[in-house]
Amino acid sequence: MSVAVHNTDIGGQHLSEHIEELRISDLHAFYGESHALHGIDLTVYQGELVTLLGRNGSGRTTTLRAVMGLIGHRTGSVVLKGTEIIKAPPHVIAHLGVGYCPEERGIFASLNVEENLMLPPSVAPGGMSVEELYDMFPNLAERRRSQGTRLSGGEQQMLAMARILRTGANVLLLDEITEGLAPVIVDKLAEVLIELKSRGYTVILVEQNFRFAAPLADRHFIMDHGHIVETVAADELESKSHVFDQYLSV
Amino acid sequence: MLTDLLGIPPQVLFGQLLLGLINGAFYAVLSLGLAVIFGLLNIVNFAHGALYMLGAFAAWFLAKYLGIGYWGALIFAPIIVGAFGIVIERFLLRRLSGVDHLYGLLLTFGLALVIEGTFVKLFGASGIPYPTPKQLTGGINLGFMFLPWYRAWVVVASLVVCVATWVLFERTKIGAYLRAGTENPKLLQAFGVNVPVLTTLAYGYGVALAAFAGVLAAPITQVNPLMGSNLIIVVFAVVVIGGMGSIVGAVVTGLAMGVIEGLTKVFWPEASATVIFVVMAIVLVLRPAGLFGKTA
Repeated sequence: MSVAVHNTDIGGQHLSEHIEELRISDLHAFYGESHALHGIDLTVYQGELVTLLGRNGSGRTTTLRAVMGLIGHRTGSVVLKGTEIIKAPPHVIAHLGVGYCPEERGIFASLNVEENLMLPPSVAPGGMSVEELYDMFPNLAERRRSQGTRLSGGEQQMLAMARILRTGANVLLLDEITEGLAPVIVDKLAEVLIELKSRGYTVILVEQNFRFAAPLADRHFIMDHGHIVETVAADELESKSHVFDQYLSV
Repeated sequence: MLTDLLGIPPQVLFGQLLLGLINGAFYAVLSLGLAVIFGLLNIVNFAHGALYMLGAFAAWFLAKYLGIGYWGALIFAPIIVGAFGIVIERFLLRRLSGVDHLYGLLLTFGLALVIEGTFVKLFGASGIPYPTPKQLTGGINLGFMFLPWYRAWVVVASLVVCVATWVLFERTKIGAYLRAGTENPKLLQAFGVNVPVLTTLAYGYGVALAAFAGVLAAPITQVNPLMGSNLIIVVFAVVVIGGMGSIVGAVVTGLAMGVIEGLTKVFWPEASATVIFVVMAIVLVLRPAGLFGKTA
């Protein structure tokens, strides 16, 4: 695992030493003939919560999918915990301790809640127990025998989150987890993310809900047309507000 | 009694019902294998009939060259043919992943022609006798019909294999992977499951089921290079009626269609060869996803 020594402020905290969890260099990704990512460069440090922000089609989801190995044609370099994974298949990447929560939640209709929860194999030691997860998401405990897709949208999102927390993954790739959810559920997810951050998880969050993401994240990567056009640290939100107006407003 | 009212001797009615049940048992095991393969690979495996035939030939080879009898063949023939299926998946079918289903259908159809053609060339088109195991010769007179032990065994063995496969799919972790892989294999792989290996094993298992049915059939139909091609179209109709990829649908429909075919032979023998296809047409009109299939 590579260690980079910086003397910069990240997330309002002065950190003299950061351990690189994920380093993406010159990442290009393609859907058939379509060139979706045009040379992404970003580094995420252990224990950080960063967001990928941008309009629809800016390349945020594609970046997560490319890191996870779900896009067949990609070039450049993705180093996770010191291991180059640009050519690795998704199941190998997962076993490096990565948990992926897709945009559409990916709840399996043929499995009940508990089967969905228990489906992913352990990828690292230290995963949360089922009891811990049911404490964190009590709705799931009540509906453990229900078919996964019969849950409400909020419950499905909780299940999608709980499912990867059981595996021991400590790098979480979360795609639009608040999309279409009631404010009370969004608040609950914010609480969960704060809890995860306090436990040392590294989180990369794709979000459109800036109000949800702003108070949680250490840094924001702003994406546009397959590029990262700006990086904004948590303490720069006011001074760089024009960036959000330029790239996020519709 | 019902048979008196219909003017049909009970021996004829129950004899045809038994025959239907035996055919249904073969339909169930074969369509089960097809359902497993279609579920995970999205491939309509037209080679299934040829692989069923290979199961019967494997039993015959094991007896002729290694002295392994019927009971050993029931275990070893599915393993050998299943391993052959794994080679097919690994080196041929995997190259077609991500392209139109039609290519998989064409490849497996071509493969069936090659395998069957080779065996016809080597062994001729007439059947080779395969003895009934001595423990299962004879039968029992039930009063209204004579039940051969071997035919009763075929039904029981098929049901045991079908139930075991259902338990594997519905009650085990591997089964959960298989069901999840049927829905969203990419996401399952992103969770850390080696889906390519799972897919290969699923194909091998589906092929092994076909080979198992081939061994069961060998003492009844003889070992014949074209024994699968006569059966496969009916089995595809059964899979369509049950719902493509549905395990329960394959088993229930397989048995039901065998019985319907048997009853049709009693009441309208000329229609018995087409009744399953009539049912298929009706089901496709009323419920295109099949009786047990999930609508999109």
